[in-house]
Order: sequence, then C-alpha cells, then structure tokens
Amino acid sequence: MGDQIQLEELFQQRIDAGGKIEPKDWMPEKYRKTHIRQISQHAHSEIVGMLPEGNWITRAPSLRRKVGLLAKVQDEAGHGLYLYSAAETLGISRDEMFDQLHTGKAKYSSIFNYPTLSWADIGTIGWLVDGAAIINQVMLTRTSFGPYARAMVRICKEESFHQRQGYEIMLGLAQGTPEQKAMAQDALNRFWWPSLMMFGPRDEDSPNTELSVKWKIKRKTNDELRQQFIDITVPQAEYLGLTIPDPDLKWNDERGHYDFGEIDWDEFWTVVKGNGPCNTERLKARVDAWEEGAWVREAALAYSEKQVIKKNQKAKLAS
Amino acid sequence: MSLRTYILSLSDNAMILGHRLSELCGHGPTLETDIALTNISLDFFGQVRSYLQYLASIDGDQVTEDTLAFLRTEREHHNCILLEQPNVDFAHIIMRQYLFDVFQLLQLEQQMLSTDETIAAIAAKAIKEARYHQRFSESWVLRLGDGTEVSHTKMQTALDTLYPFVHELFTQNDWEKELVEQGIASDVKGFESRYYDTVFQTLKSANLSKDDIINRYAQGKNGIHTEHLGYILTELQYMQRAYPNMQW
Ligand SMILES: [Fe+2]
Ligand SMILES: [Fe+2]
Ligand SMILES: [Fe+2]
Repeated sequence: MGDQIQLEELFQQRIDAGGKIEPKDWMPEKYRKTHIRQISQHAHSEIVGMLPEGNWITRAPSLRRKVGLLAKVQDEAGHGLYLYSAAETLGISRDEMFDQLHTGKAKYSSIFNYPTLSWADIGTIGWLVDGAAIINQVMLTRTSFGPYARAMVRICKEESFHQRQGYEIMLGLAQGTPEQKAMAQDALNRFWWPSLMMFGPRDEDSPNTELSVKWKIKRKTNDELRQQFIDITVPQAEYLGLTIPDPDLKWNDERGHYDFGEIDWDEFWTVVKGNGPCNTERLKARVDAWEEGAWVREAALAYSEKQVIKKNQKAKLAS
Repeated sequence: MSLRTYILSLSDNAMILGHRLSELCGHGPTLETDIALTNISLDFFGQVRSYLQYLASIDGDQVTEDTLAFLRTEREHHNCILLEQPNVDFAHIIMRQYLFDVFQLLQLEQQMLSTDETIAAIAAKAIKEARYHQRFSESWVLRLGDGTEVSHTKMQTALDTLYPFVHELFTQNDWEKELVEQGIASDVKGFESRYYDTVFQTLKSANLSKDDIINRYAQGKNGIHTEHLGYILTELQYMQRAYPNMQW
C-alpha cells in the first residue's frame, strides 16, 4: 500500500513538472480508464463527424469545393486513426472500441447528430464546429499523456486549416447572391446553439473536473471555453454580415466579454441521450459499414495467414 | 472537335469513377480502406480539374472547369460505362477499380508521349498516382479472390458483372483514330494485349476465372450510357442546376 502511494506521488510530480506519461510507464488505473474513454470518444467523434459532411461530397457545388471537402473528410478519418492508435497504447483494441461505439456504450460529439441540409452547412461546420473543436483541443496538445498530446498537435494544425476553409466558404456565400446569403444565415441559425453545446454542460452541472485538471486533460472549464469561443466568433459573424440568432447577445464592457442567452439544456440532454435528429442514422451508418465490411476484414486476415503458411513451406523446402 | 471529345473522354472516366468512390466516404469496411479510396477519388478529381481547365482554355468565353463538369447532359458524357457501374459491394468496388487502374496506367504511359504538351504533362503527373492505385487495387483483388470462400464468391460475381464492359476501354472511335494519327491520343490498340496479360495473370493468382464471360453492348464513349449515369449526374450537378450562375 505504501508503495502504491509513493508511485502515485511520483506520477503526479512528473505531471506537475510538465513531464509526459508514456504507455509503458506506471499509471493509476483510473488514469488509464479515463484516457481510454476520452481518447476513444474523441476518435469516435472524428469518424462519426465524417458522415454529416460526407453527405455533401457528391453534391459539392464546384470542383474546387469538392476536392476541399473530400480532403477535409479524409483528414477526419486520419484523426480517427491517430486517436485509435493512441488509445490502443493503453491496452484496448480498435475492435473493442468500435464495439463500444456500435452498442451505444461510448459516446461521440453530439454536434454530429444534427443534419446537414444545405451546402452552407458545410461552411458553417468548418467555421463553427472545427472552430469550437480547436478551442477544446488546443489545451490537449499539452496534456500529460504523451501519445494523446502528440496526436493533438498534428490534429490541431489540420483543424485550423478546416476552420479557415469553412470560414472561406461562408465568406463566399455572404458576398454572393441573396439566395446564397439566406442559405448562410439559415445554416448559422441552425448550428449556432448546438455549437455552444459542444463545450458541455454548465460548470455547476459538470461532475468533478478535478482529476481532469490534475492530469492536464482540462485547463479551463466548460463555461470559460464557451465564453472564449463566443468572444472569438461574434466579430467573425459581424464581418460576414450574418446575425447570430441570440437576441441577448451583447458586449459587456465591465466583464470584457459578450453576454449571451440561455442555452436550451433540454435539447442538449435530448440529443446526448440519443434522441437528436440524426442519432439513429449516424449510428446505423457506422454499424452498417462495420457489418457489411466483416467479410472483407475476414478475407484479409485469412489471406495474410495463407501467406505466412506459404512462406513457411517455402522455407522448409529450401532447408 | 475531336480533341474536345478526347479530353472529355479522359476526364469523364476520372470524374465518374471519382464520383463513385466519393459516395463511399465514411462507409468503408476499415478506416484504412476508407482513407485509401478517398485518396484515389481525390486523385481523379485532381486529374479532372487539369483536363477541364485545359479544355476551358481552348473553349474560351464563359466556359470554366465547372461549367464543363456540371452542365453537360448524359449524352454529352464520354466515359466508358464500366466506370458508372454502382458500388454494389466492396468486391465490385475493388474489381471495377482494378480493371480500370491497369488500363489507365498503360494509357498514361502512352499519353506522356503525346504531341499535345498539356495532355502529356497531365499524364506525367497522373502516372505516379495511377501506379499507387494499381498497387492498391491489385493487392485487394488478390486478398479477396484468395481470401475466404465468401470473399472469393463475391469477387467472382463482381468479375462476372464487370468484365463484360472491359472491351469498351479498347474501342477506338473515328475521332480517336484521327488523334492517334496526329500523335495526340494514345493508341489503345497498342497496349491491349499487355493489358489482358497483366489482368489474366492477376486473376489467375487470385483464383478467379473469366472463361465464360461474354462482352456486353457498351457505347459510353459515344455518349450512350446505362441508366446509372443519369442519377450520378443528378447528384453531381444538383447545386449548379438549382443555383445557376453563382460563385461558390
Ligand atoms: Fe478532426
Ligand atoms: Fe476533433
Ligand atoms: Fe476538422
């Protein structure tokens, strides 16, 4: 027991000193479990996030936009891949993580349970959703678990490219025809509040973030991050000439921040609990891809086993 | 006029297959194949842009890569009909890909020698991509053909469905013959036997048989397509048709 306490102290000292925890290092069981959960859910968000945007690849309005969107969605698949690999270093397989996703045991970001109904939604997702993701994730580039921190460095670079690409789509629409401008405004109307929800419940409703802070998974609270996002985004919307759908949104000189209206927390919990507009469809798409791909994965495995046998036979004959 | 049709035929092969692959994004059997197929789709759309920007520069006036990509009717498309065949399952996706990849690689080798500098330059860039595409699809033909009984049956079905369209890749219309004589177009007849040698070799290694397969009517290069193309174009052209003359 004394050993355990000493190990934990050393472990925490290392984190406090800014050191990284690597997969082979000793770590408290809770640290391992928390990281498996967080990293795998982040990975799931990346790959489920491919679906609402993938929805517009075949209908992209120009060749340039199609190529940009294809590349973006491919990046998200890459993010999923790095993150699954990072989680695997903690002793869970990708298949197990997929199983948790498919059975609803693991969550993914709720924002992807909203439908993409027009081309402007693609711009809005890049601008707001990738934008919110960056704010959430920049702090993770300095998190204590080495593989996660390193994956996030690469991912954040690509996310900021996505954010700029999304904003650029919006700029084109905002400067376009009245129809295009209306399309942009409608997308902002639908995605604004769900984007704010991406930062999670209010601090007073957010169960212990103490450990998260200790392990440097979190450096700021949900409400601080949400405020930061709003403060950055409002001037961007103004520049586009678009109206944020919140009558209570107002600059507060005293606070040095924007005040904003109440988030619809009923909607938040409805979607989190699986009853959002696209939860069923998103999960079904992932499960279908997995099930329809089973024979492919089995064949690949059988083939590689056959290759090994053939190689061994050759080696035997040669000797 | 023949140069125009020729460029469109090259571009449409890439565009229609690129579109089919782009339908799959996020739905593949593994994350790795998903990434690879999206990558191949991206390569094809890159080629399309090069061809259509070239064609737009010839056409002049109000013509752009996008008016060329999104505002033509079914009858104005010149892709071979192999490429518009649907994504029935992963076996069909891989088989369609392989049967075209071998062809495209050989075609690009010739195209690099084109007397038309732009067409040659596009080929020089695309050939690197095509080599990777063929390696990818061939490895999967082998894996699935010689994997399990299930995968073997699915691959044989895919071959039976798709192989009857392969012969169209080697048809030569009058407009194409004229360009071959001028040294602009690659002569498909020149590498036909190499194509079949390569494909037969792979099919044999993958335990697949094409012995009883009979060619099907195929006139895609002349703008006569299967019913699939209309639906591809409906999706592909949706935004340009619904919101004409706008910048995106
Ligand atoms: Fe991402
Ligand atoms: Fe992300
Ligand atoms: Fe992103």
